[in-house]
Parts: sequence; C-alpha cells; structure tokens
Amino acid sequence: MRPVLRSPVGAASAVLLCLLVALAVFAPILWGDRAAAIDTDALQQGPSSAHLLGTDQLGRDIFYRVLVATRLTLGLALLATVIGVTGGLLLGSAPSVLPRWAARIVTSAVNIAVAFPGLLLALFFAVIFGTGTVGAVLAIAFAITPSFARLTQTLTASVSGRDFVKAARVCGVGRFRLLVRHVLPNIAEPLVINATMAAGTALMAVAGLSFLGIGVQAPSYDWGRLLGEGLNRIYLSPAPALGPAIAVVVAGLAFNLFGEAAASLAGRRQQQRQEPVTHESVVDTSAGGLLTVRNLHVTFPGGVRAVRGVSFTVQDGEMVGVVGESGSGKSLTALAVSRLVEHPGVVSADRLEFNGTPLARTSDRELGTGLAMVFQDPMTSFNPALRIGRQVAEVSEVHQGLSRRAAFAKAVDRLRAVRIPEADRRARQYPHEFSGGMRQRAMIAMGLMGEPRLVIADEPTTALDVTVQREVLRLLARIRAERSAAVLLISHDITVVAQTCDRVLVMYAGRIVEELPTSELFTSARHPYTTALLAAVPDLDTDRDAPLAVIPGRPPEPGEIARGCPFAPRCPVAEQKCRLEEPSLVSVDEGHQVACWKLDAELVEAAVGGAR
Amino acid sequence: MSELVFDHVTVRYGHHTAVDDVSLTVPSGQVVGLVGESGSGKSTLAATAVGLVPVTSGRVLADGKVQMVFQDPYSSLDPRMSIGGSISEAVPRGIDRRAEVARLLELVNLDPARAKALPLKLSGGQRQRVALARALAARPEVIVADEITSALDVSVQGAVLNLVRDLQRQLGLSMLFISHNLAVVRYVSDRIAVMKNGAIVEEGPAERVLADPRHPYTRELLAAAPKRHTRLEVS
Repeated sequence: MRPVLRSPVGAASAVLLCLLVALAVFAPILWGDRAAAIDTDALQQGPSSAHLLGTDQLGRDIFYRVLVATRLTLGLALLATVIGVTGGLLLGSAPSVLPRWAARIVTSAVNIAVAFPGLLLALFFAVIFGTGTVGAVLAIAFAITPSFARLTQTLTASVSGRDFVKAARVCGVGRFRLLVRHVLPNIAEPLVINATMAAGTALMAVAGLSFLGIGVQAPSYDWGRLLGEGLNRIYLSPAPALGPAIAVVVAGLAFNLFGEAAASLAGRRQQQRQEPVTHESVVDTSAGGLLTVRNLHVTFPGGVRAVRGVSFTVQDGEMVGVVGESGSGKSLTALAVSRLVEHPGVVSADRLEFNGTPLARTSDRELGTGLAMVFQDPMTSFNPALRIGRQVAEVSEVHQGLSRRAAFAKAVDRLRAVRIPEADRRARQYPHEFSGGMRQRAMIAMGLMGEPRLVIADEPTTALDVTVQREVLRLLARIRAERSAAVLLISHDITVVAQTCDRVLVMYAGRIVEELPTSELFTSARHPYTTALLAAVPDLDTDRDAPLAVIPGRPPEPGEIARGCPFAPRCPVAEQKCRLEEPSLVSVDEGHQVACWKLDAELVEAAVGGAR
Repeated sequence: MSELVFDHVTVRYGHHTAVDDVSLTVPSGQVVGLVGESGSGKSTLAATAVGLVPVTSGRVLADGKVQMVFQDPYSSLDPRMSIGGSISEAVPRGIDRRAEVARLLELVNLDPARAKALPLKLSGGQRQRVALARALAARPEVIVADEITSALDVSVQGAVLNLVRDLQRQLGLSMLFISHNLAVVRYVSDRIAVMKNGAIVEEGPAERVLADPRHPYTRELLAAAPKRHTRLEVS
C-alpha cells in the first residue's frame, strides 16, 4: 500500500478517498440539520454567500445537501460493490471446488451473463426489484458479479496450473483448502485492484439510477437525485446541478485512479532512481582483435553491478567459450557486445570495438550483417505469426536492399546451408511447425543472411536435447571452418565449451576469474572455482560410488557482492586477504590468466625460494 | 517396501498419443532412471503416477504412497506461504507438525530455524531441498523426481544429487528419477529406461545399458552425451 501513496496519482486519489470517507461519516452529524432546514423565504435561489450552491424548491441549502448526501451515495455504492464482488468471487472460484459437471454449469452461466452489458443488466434488475434503494443496490451488484466472476475464474485457472498447486494436490490437500490457502492469496492483488475500480463504477451507476428516478426515492436523497432536481432548472441557475455532478465525477475518479495507480504498480513494481556509477579506467596498451572488450561494466538501478570490468579479445575465426552460472554476468556480456542491454541497464567500457570501430558508432547495417546472434530459447526468438522464410529473409530486405523475392530465395539457400531438409517447403511454414532444434538452426540461418564475422551464441543448446545439441554445436563449428567467422559461445555447461572452443573465459560474480586455452582446462586450471566446477559436473566417467564433489553455498546475486573475492565464502583455501581485497586478473602462463590471491602468494613463495 | 508398476499405460490428448503402451516397474528400494528427449512423454508418464494426468488405458499400481518432486523449485513452492507451512501441509494427521517440519528440514540439511522464511529468501538449491522435504513429509514409499536438477546451477546440482542418493538409501525409497541428462541419470540410477516418442525403447540394469546399449537411439544418446576429453568432431 505504501508505494501506491508515493506516486502522485496514487497519493492524490488516496487523499480524495479519505476526504470522502470523512465526509460520509461526519457530514450528516455536523450539517444534517442545516441540510434539512426548510426556508420558505429563499425558494429556488441561485448561488449566494449564504447558500454557496443556491437552494431547492423548499429553500434547503444545496451545498450542505451535497455534503450530507455523501454518506448515502458512498454507502450504497460500497454495499453494491461488496455484494457484487462477493458474489463474483463465489461464482468464480466455485468451479475449482465443485464436481466437474456442476463446475461446467457455473462456468457457462457466468459466460452468458458476461455477454450482457452491465448497465442493461442493472436496468433489467431495477425493473424486477422495483424502484427504490434496495432495487438499485441489488441491480448494480448483480451487474458487477459476472465480470468479477470471470476475472476470478481466469486468475484462478492461471494459478491452478502452477506447480505449487499441483504439488499441494499430490500431498493430498483438499480442494477447498487449496482454494483458500494457495489460490486466493496469490490472486488477491489484482482482485483488490479491480474491486476498487468496480466501486468507482458502482458509484456512478447508483447516481445514474437515482438520476433516472429508479434509485433513491424522496425523502432520502443522494447525489444522483440532487443532480436530477438541479437539472430541471439548469438554464436558470446551473450551480444546483453542477455541485452534485462534480461530486459524482470527483468520487468516481478517486476510486478509479486509486485502482489504476495500484494496478500500474503491481504491473511493473517501482523503478528505483538511477545512480551514476563511475569506474576507474584501466590503462590499456594491448592490441585489439575482431572484438575488443576492455573494462566492460553493466549496471542496474540500485547499485547492482552485474558485469564488473570484463576485458577480452576475440580474434578472427576464433571460437571462444564463456562459462558461468546464473548471475555471473555471462549473458549480459554477450548482450552488451550486441548492443542489446535494455533499459534500465547501463553499459560502459573503456573500449568496446567490433572490427576496429567502437560499437557505439557501428551502423545498424554493419551490426545487422556482420554480427549474428543466437539466443537460448528458440521458442520465443521467432514471431509465431510469420512464416520462417519471411523472418529469415527480413535481414536482407532491411540491410542489403534485396527485393522480397530475392531475399526469400536467399533465405531458402541459407536454410539449406544449415541442413534443414526440404528447405523450400519448410521456409513457408510457421515456427510452431518446427522442432526446437530446427528453429535453432533457422535462427543460425538468419545470422548467415549477412556475411557474419562474429556469431554470438547465448546458451544456444540449453533448451535442446543432447542429440540435437550436438548437431547445433557441429553447425557452429562448421560455420566457423567454412566462413572463417569467429564464435563467442556462452554456456553454463563447461563440457559443452570444452568440446568445441579454443579458449575459455570463466566468469564468476560479474568478472572473469580465469582465462585459459581449452586444451589446458583439465590439466592446468588454477582458480579454485574453475577446478571446483570441473569436479562438480558429473559426466559418463564419474565414479558412481563416491559422493559428487560439491561447492558449498551458492553464487552471489549481482546485488550482494561485498568486499573481497566474491568466491571467498565458498572457497576451500580462502584466507584473510581474500575476504578483504578482490584479486585482479594476472598472467601466469602463455594465454593463461587467473584472478586469485592464493596463486599470487604461491608465485611469490616460489620466487623467494628460487632466489635463495 | 513397495513397487511402482506402470502396466500398459497409454495417455492420449485428442489425437496425440503422449504415452504409448508403456510397461515399466520401479522395483522396491531401487532407483530407475528415465531418460529421453523433451516431448518423449517422460513427464506425462511421471504425472500419471501421482494422478495429475488421467491414464487413457492401462493401470498404475503402487503399494504405498507416491510423492513427486517437480522440476522448477521457483514455481513449485507457494510464494505466499512459509516453507514450514508448505511442508507442514503434507504431514499426515496425528503427528506433531512443528517437530516434524524441524526434523524434515534437518534431514535435507536446512536450518530448522528457517521454517518461517518465504521461498523468496531461498536459493534454487535450497528451494529444491524444501520441495524434497515436502515430498518426504507424507511418508511416501515411492518418489517420482521429474528433472529436479535441470533448473539448478551446476555448482548447486551436486549437493542436491548427493542428498537425493543419501536419502533414497537411508529411507529405502523406490524412485523414478527423470532427467534428460544421461550423466546425472547414470550417477543416481540402479536401472535405466530410455524413452522415445512415448514408448520405452530400452530398459535394463544401468551398467548394462551404458556398456552395451542395444537400441540405436540409446547408442545415439550415449554418443551425443558431452565428454570432457573428446573434441566434437566436425563432419
């Protein structure tokens, strides 16, 4: 609730709502007498200092009558909402508790009721229940019920499909308890928001019915009736009609805006303010390559530093693997290189160059044809409504100015190149007609529409089965061999990288902790994290009788990286220095860099020993 | 001691046959690893064991309680309920719930003092251990574990696998262990079953299936499994 009050709309509407409630409670006590006082000397007067909004045909002060009427108007609206929402909640959640045949009847009944416009239902019920307060409230309540029942049904269905509800079912939790303990708490937020908005609508509807003369009857009065009375002489004096009209609009708005503010908050959660982050530049004299990355940082609001000073080079035709667990920053590194980090992430680097030009200045065209990107999930990387061929061809239409037909022909050719059988026919199919592996190959074909110098593949095989995984990895290796394109392969699976790449970068907590040639991975890896990772992953040669090697604890989230080496809390050899200072990457051998203090200490020891 | 038996189980969704006449036995106190590609019907078969999916024909027989651990520990725990609450729901009547929850948390190497924590405060590996504790709370004889490590980080996966193996031996559970990762299945299983297109194509003792695969698909799976010391040959 508190964050709602922080947004200007939320705060303003909350103040208005409080004011309305205060009026509803106190106005009749304070001004009830004045509002009822008949003054035969001042019949049907216009606004004056004595009567701010004028008087009615019995000389009663309209301003005070509007204030006093708040209680009845608000009370009826809330009563109608409570009845309607309760009814909707019961009808909407009933299908998940009732036996199947009964559930079907309830669902169909709600579906039919939803088809009727709410106001029509209200008028219909008003006729049935007769004119008067009871009729109006019930009519509006019944008009709210169907849509609320439908909302509850939809939300319930979406939560019921989730694993925790299934798990509770398997544990033998009864249907009713399932609904009350697991489903309703998880859908409460949208329901409350919608109920608030429904209250606004109910308020308008109550006023509307009274205005039409089928709601509140004399001698009681609400805003709707006051509006009706004032409207009769609006040409003589508009104030008596405008007063209640404004009251209705303001109150209705207050409810709706409060609901909106709460809804938008629930939808996106509040964004924190961006704090400017500065990084020390690192003196860099090294030669670059096809892709040159120096001191790359990716930060998010709230001081979350997801990538913290990553430097590496990819040479022409080289296959480089980046290994790391979730939160290590490996995917963000890939996204930063392809300029795909989305707001509110901020990318900064001393050098971030592709083919000799800073990426910030590389044209979309050059990036679109020279760099290809393959994503993890082939299910979501294609637009389901367009044919595969069209989507693959798009690159050439946009960046190479090919005609639609020529681009499509080229797309078919590239689909053939990634060994999609019957490419001509397949190109005319939609993504759902492709298997996961074929979609991933089509994604690679899309990258081949240009003449890519670099293919960035972010977990390209994680969603695939081992047999398909092998095909995709082979395809990447073949592209590299045939087109001398470089490949940057990002994976959480060290065995995948070990099988295919020339060089491995091991990332942990936003930094590269070790870089070494793949051929030395299993023999000379030095960083305790790299060696622990290698030991922890079972393969087909793992000893089945011994427990698996484990790394205690878990990787830190990007937001919780503290002082010292981020691996220190899990490291078997960590000492005091590791907890205080973060080591930087130092070269230990040809093409082999490690960021670890222990190693440095050993090196120093060795050096001292050698000097003796 | 109890077995889990799938007896000519078929599951159809409209015209699509997800599980096609599968007969499989999980012998008492043993672990049967079920491997196969996604869409092969592994998870559907698992769901029939606990009644989440009705069988079209055939029978699932278990002479004991069957519990299931789900793949994604981020969605299998109610985000609004404390972990202790989730576990306690599964504890049978007539047992002191608080003491039982503490015992179970200890069993899966979690601090019993954290029973009041919400899942949000736990890492993936810890959540999966809570899910395991919940499954054990119902005192099952048979556990169905459906891809329980595939949503976890590799550095955390090992601890969960060790725990599963220890608990299975300690409690003498029968277990159907499903995974697409052959190396993981090999590590925990006594027997291995291979599934493809809704049918079991090969089943036997783990050592035999791995050393002497008879079905071409099993051979293909073994050949495709990443091995650390061999480079991928480019055809």
